[in-house]
Amino acid sequence: MTSVTVYGPGCKRCETTARMVSEAAAKLGIEVEIEKVTDARAIAMAGVISTPGLAVDGRLVHAGGLPDPAKLEGWLAA
Amino acid sequence: MTSHTPSAAAPAHRPDWLWHLGVAAFVLAWWLLYQRLLAIAEWLTALLPVDRHSHAGEAIAFFLYDVPKVMMLLTLIVFVMGVVRSYFSPEKTRALLSGRREGLGNVMSAGLGVLTPFCSCSAVPLFIGFVSAGVPLGVTFSFLIAAPMVNEVALVLLFGLVGWQVAATYLAFGLALAIIAGFVIGKLQLEGWLQDWVREIQSGAAAPVLPEGETPSLPDRYRLGIEAVREIFGRVWMWILLGIALGALIHGYVPEALMVRIMGAEAWWSVPAAVVMGIPMYTNAAGVIPIVEALIGKGAALGTVLAFMMSVIALSLPEMIILRQVLTLRLIAVFIAVVGSGILAVGVLFNLLF
Repeated sequence: MTSVTVYGPGCKRCETTARMVSEAAAKLGIEVEIEKVTDARAIAMAGVISTPGLAVDGRLVHAGGLPDPAKLEGWLAA
Repeated sequence: MTSHTPSAAAPAHRPDWLWHLGVAAFVLAWWLLYQRLLAIAEWLTALLPVDRHSHAGEAIAFFLYDVPKVMMLLTLIVFVMGVVRSYFSPEKTRALLSGRREGLGNVMSAGLGVLTPFCSCSAVPLFIGFVSAGVPLGVTFSFLIAAPMVNEVALVLLFGLVGWQVAATYLAFGLALAIIAGFVIGKLQLEGWLQDWVREIQSGAAAPVLPEGETPSLPDRYRLGIEAVREIFGRVWMWILLGIALGALIHGYVPEALMVRIMGAEAWWSVPAAVVMGIPMYTNAAGVIPIVEALIGKGAALGTVLAFMMSVIALSLPEMIILRQVLTLRLIAVFIAVVGSGILAVGVLFNLLF
C-alpha cells in the first residue's frame, strides 16, 4: 500500500491532481491511499509553498501546478 | 538536453526541432492574422443588417474587433510568460529573498512577484513559507502585492484595449506601489501582529525542501506555456466576453457628458470614491479592464480609472479573508491603509500629470 498526500486548499488543480494520482495508480495496478490536506497551516508545516503539493510515502516529490503524468507514475512505482 | 526516465517515454514524444518549428509557425500565423483583424471585424459588421454608424453598429464593430484582438494577444503573451515562468519557482524565489534587507529586498521581491508562478489559492502557504524561511515581512508583502496586481492578463488587456502608454504606466506604478507599500509595512515592525501560530512556525525548525528536479527541456517549457494558456483561458474567457460586451454597450450608448461629470478629473472626490468602490468588488483584471477602456474613451480621467482598477485587483475582500488566517485584523487594516493610500496617490498624481 502506497500512501499519497495531496496538499492544497481544495482548488480545482488540487482535485485534478488527486484524480491523476488515482488514475495513475489504477493504470500501474498499485494500491494507493490518498490523503488530502487542506488546512493552510498543515500545508505550510509540510514545507509546501506552492500548491498542489504531492508527497509519496511521506516524501515530498512535487509542488506547484499539475504533476507530469509520466513522472507521477515514476514516483508511485518507486 | 532531454533526459527521460524509461517510464517517461511518452507515446506522443516529438523531436525538439518539431517543437521549435511548431512554435515559430504559430507565431508567424499569429502575426499574419493579427494584422488583418480590423479589416475582418469591419467586413463582418458590414454583413449585419445594422447601420455602421448607429449606436448598435458602433457597439457591434467594437465587440467584433476587440474580442479576437484581446484573445489573440492573451494567447501569445500568456504562452510567453508561461515559458518565462518555468525558469522561476516559489521555492527558488524564497531562497533568493531569504534574509534580504529591506529596500533592495523589496525591489527584488516585487520583480520576482511578477515572474514567479503564483496562484492566489496558495497565498497562505506561500506567506508562511516565506516568513518562516527568514524573508522579512515587508519583503513578503512586496511579493504578495505585486504578484496579483502586475500580471500579464492586466497588462495585455491594457495594452490591447487602451494603449501601450497606459500599460507601461500601470506596470511602473504597480511595481512602485508594491515596493513602497512593502517597505513601509516592513519599517512599521509589525511581526508581532501575525497570528500566534504563524510566529510559532517562524521560530520553529526550517521546513523540508523539495528535492531538486532535473532541468526541464525547452519543449517541456513550451508545454508549460500551453498549459498556462489553457488554464488562464478557462478562467477568464467569460469575464472577457462579459467585460467587452459591457464595454461595447458603454461605447455605443452612454453619453460622454455624463461620464465626464462622474469620473472626470475635476471632481476631487472621484479618486477616493474609486478606491473605496474597488475594495468589495472582486473580479480579475479580465473583467474590469474592458470596462476601463470604455470609461476612458468616454472621458473618465485616467488616474481615477487606474485607481479603481488597482483597488479592484489588489485590495479584494476574498483575499483579505484568505489572509485573515495568518494576519491579525490590525495587520490587515494596516495593509489596506498602506496599499489604499498608495493607490490613492497613484490616481491623484496621474490626474495631475496627464
